[in-house]
Formats: sequence, C-alpha cells, structure tokens
Amino acid sequence: MIYFDKVTKKYGKGSTAVEDITLSIGPKEFVSIVGQSGAGKTTLLRMLLGEEVPTEGSVFFESTCVNELPQGELHSYRKRMGTVSQDFRLIDNKTAYENIAFAMEAAGRTDAEIASDVPYILDLVGLGDKGDHFPNELSGGERQRAAIGRAIINQPDVIIADEPTGNLDPINTNEIMQILEKINELGTTVILTTHNKGVVDAVGRRVITMEKGRVVRDDKQGRYIL
Amino acid sequence: MFFTSLKRIFKSGITSFFRNSFISFATVLIMTVTLLIIGSVMFMSAMLTSVLDQVRDKVDVNVYFVVDAPEIEILEFKDQVEDLPEVSYVTYTNREDALVQFRERHKDDQLTLQALDELGENPLGASLAIKAVEPSQYESIASFLDTDPVLGAEGTTIIDDVNYLQNKIVIERLNTITDAVERIGVLLALVFVIASIIIAFNTIRLAIYTAREEIKVMRLVGASNMYVRGPFIVEGILYGISATLITLIFFYPVTFYFAEYTEAWLGGVNLFEYYTTHFGLIFISLLATGVFLGVVSSFLAVQKYLKS
Repeated sequence: MIYFDKVTKKYGKGSTAVEDITLSIGPKEFVSIVGQSGAGKTTLLRMLLGEEVPTEGSVFFESTCVNELPQGELHSYRKRMGTVSQDFRLIDNKTAYENIAFAMEAAGRTDAEIASDVPYILDLVGLGDKGDHFPNELSGGERQRAAIGRAIINQPDVIIADEPTGNLDPINTNEIMQILEKINELGTTVILTTHNKGVVDAVGRRVITMEKGRVVRDDKQGRYIL
Repeated sequence: MFFTSLKRIFKSGITSFFRNSFISFATVLIMTVTLLIIGSVMFMSAMLTSVLDQVRDKVDVNVYFVVDAPEIEILEFKDQVEDLPEVSYVTYTNREDALVQFRERHKDDQLTLQALDELGENPLGASLAIKAVEPSQYESIASFLDTDPVLGAEGTTIIDDVNYLQNKIVIERLNTITDAVERIGVLLALVFVIASIIIAFNTIRLAIYTAREEIKVMRLVGASNMYVRGPFIVEGILYGISATLITLIFFYPVTFYFAEYTEAWLGGVNLFEYYTTHFGLIFISLLATGVFLGVVSSFLAVQKYLKS
C-alpha cells in the first residue's frame, strides 16, 4: 500500500534528514515510528503527504508516485489521508463542527451528508456537546479529538498521526490512543510517530525505530527500544 | 457542485470577515484611507480642471470693426471664422450692444459717460469675440485674420483692430502655467494613488499572513486551491465594499462643509454639488478600485502560501 523506495531527503548545506530508507506498510496496519527528535520521523510523514519531495528515491501510495504528483493533484491525493498532529492544527476561527465539516466540504460532500455525518463523528470522538466551541474554548484533549474527527470524517485509507499525544496528559493520551486503535480495527491504516514509550508498548504492534535519518529496527510486534 | 462550492466559499468568507473582526477592521480602515486619497484626487482633479477651464474661458481674441463696417459683411466674416476647425464659437456684438455694454461698464464713471454724450453719436464699432477650441490655437486663428483681410465695398479693410498681439504674451504664459499645473497635478495624483495602493496591498498581505497556518491546514485536509483561495478573495471583496461605503459616507459631510469655501475660492466650483451630481461615477470608481485591490491583493497573498 505504502512504499518508500530508497528515499533520501537532504536540506540545504548537506543536512540529511532521511537517508536511504526502504520500507513498506500494508493495508490495515498499525505502525509506530519511534526515534529521538531529529531522527527523521516527521520528514518521512511529510514526504508521504507530498509536503516534501525526496532528494533521492520515490514514495509510492498504491500505484501513485507521490513525489511526481503535480501540485494541482495533491489535494485529491490528500483526501485519502487523514492527519493528526501534536499541535492539533485546527482552524482557529471555525468551531469544532465547522473544522470537521470543512474536510467534508473540501471533499465535495453534500450538505445533507455533512449534516448527518458531522454530529455522528463528534459523538464518536466524545465532543457531541461541544460542536459549537472554537478551538480556544476546548482543552488540549478535546482539540485532539476534534482533529481526529476531522481526520476520519472522509473515511481515509490512512491516518497519519504525528506525535498526537505529545501535548496531552496521560488520561487524554490513553483516550486518544483508544480512538486510533478503534479506527484501525475498522480497517484504516494508522501510522503513528511518538516519543511515548508507554504508548508504543501498550499498542504492541509494528514498531519502526529511526536513528539519524535511518531505519535501525523494524519489529512486527515491537517495543520502544532506544 | 460548482454552485454548492461557490455558496460555501461565500459563506466561509463572510463568516471569516466578521469573526476576524479586528483584522477586518484594521484592513478596512487602511483601505478606507486609500480610497479617501483616491476620492480626494478625483475631487481635486475635477476642481483643477474646472478652474483651468474657467481661466481658459476668459481668454479670447477680439476683432474690432471700423464704425461704418456694414453688418452684413461682418456676419459673412463671422461665418467664415466659424468654419475654421480651431474655432469653438464666435460671439457677435453689434454697435448698439457695444455701446450698452460700455455704458454699463462705466456706469460709475460720470466723466466718461459725459464725454460719450457730448459726442452725440455712437463711436464704437461692432466686434467679434473668437473662442478657440484650445488656447494654443489662437496663434493660427490670428494668422488667418492677418492673411485674409476683409475688404469692404470701397476696397478698404473693415477690421479696425485685432487684439491678439496684446493678449499673446498672456495667452502663452497661461498655456505654460495650465500645462504645468495639469502635469504636476497628474504626477502628484499618481504618487498618492500608487503609495496608497501599495499600503493597502501590504495590509491585506499582512492580514493573510496571519492566516498562513489556516491555509496550510486547509491544504492538508485536501482542499483544492480554489477552495482555499475563495474565502480570502470574498474577504477582499468585503474589505473593498466596506471601505467604499465608509468613504462615501465620509465624503458627504466633508464636501458639504467645504462647498462654500471651494465656491468662494475656486470661482464657483461647489464641491458638494460636484459630489452629488457625480455620485454614480465616484461610487463606481471607488467600488471598482476597492474591490479590485481587495481581490488582487488577496489572490496574490494566498498564492504565495499555496506555492510553498
């Protein structure tokens, strides 16, 4: 489903973020990518989203070479991805309802679909009574739930979660992870990057360990080892 | 689908305009200043044109005829002059009217009137006041009058005098001054308009800079470029409309207040009257400028983040 083929990403003055990475991720997998800050985890995800272009190698999503997609087709490709990040990345001047609805509008869904699906998703992520709240009126955990709601509303093939629990307390971390596991059980591939050993160990699924831009371990039922 | 997207884009733009009230207020304020400058330039241009027209209107070439010149020959000559392409219009004053006007002009000068009465007959000849299309064309009209002397039945010229030479220096100086004033006016107007447009453009860019993260998020969730750009362009249109309305409302009392001064100082140019009679033109000009500025600035500012 996802294939990184000898991917290297270098920034100006020879700084290498990712070096010669080859790995594949299959459908319905739950993959945790771990490593210290600067190990290249986020760069890997940004290349998968088409936000960065590899210096060498190619990133494939099914038969699509992501780094060769023209700018005008990236938005269609991204509709197949749901993203969740550490800083939530909600639109500040839209309510939780509107943030989730925006992803549906961008995907060209009808008003009737939006009116029926958004309340359902808000309930699913535990924000049924906070749909009309703006991001600054929500706690960190609630914002992350809204972000997850937005990520899953269009039933994407893949959820990319970049440090989704980085700003959350243990209780919210646990709840967010439960939601992500539930989404995976329903058939969506989840790619998670995290520093949180407890999270990785609790999930007990595939773990890819990165160090200085390279993959140093790839364990099917791994643990956080650094 | 297109209309649904359009409806959502408009709704989103309008909502953002009101929710980001502080940024909208600041942007509209700057754009209002821009439109005030552009509107003021329009007013000044109109007043300048009017004043210059009045000054030009005071210039003419007068042809004075001998006292015994037959009226029919004068009128024939008038027709010839009117046929010249350089001539705008010709005013004929017959001997009797010339006398009436003379008496009126000197009604407080008893000595002159007394001398006139003692003469016992009308000493004034008829005259033609020739108005050129452009002040620079008086020279060619004068040369026509010089080279084509009008002869009466006795073979002598019926023209007594042409006052072009006396007026020549004044006319030339006036032409130089009016041209210079017009050029300086256009240059100043351009400087003000360009400077204010740049300020408004940068203000909108700054407003969109604050939304750069929002643009990134929109792209990340798969919104097309049109869908990302659309609401910002709608906001740009709203900035333009709001600024135009504020400017028009502001101009109403201001032109009313200054009307009497402009009328007194600028030879009858009533600013308020100009504003009300040209309201449609001013409204369309300001609205078009405001909306164009809003749309183009928003488009270019968002484009930067869509490329990155």
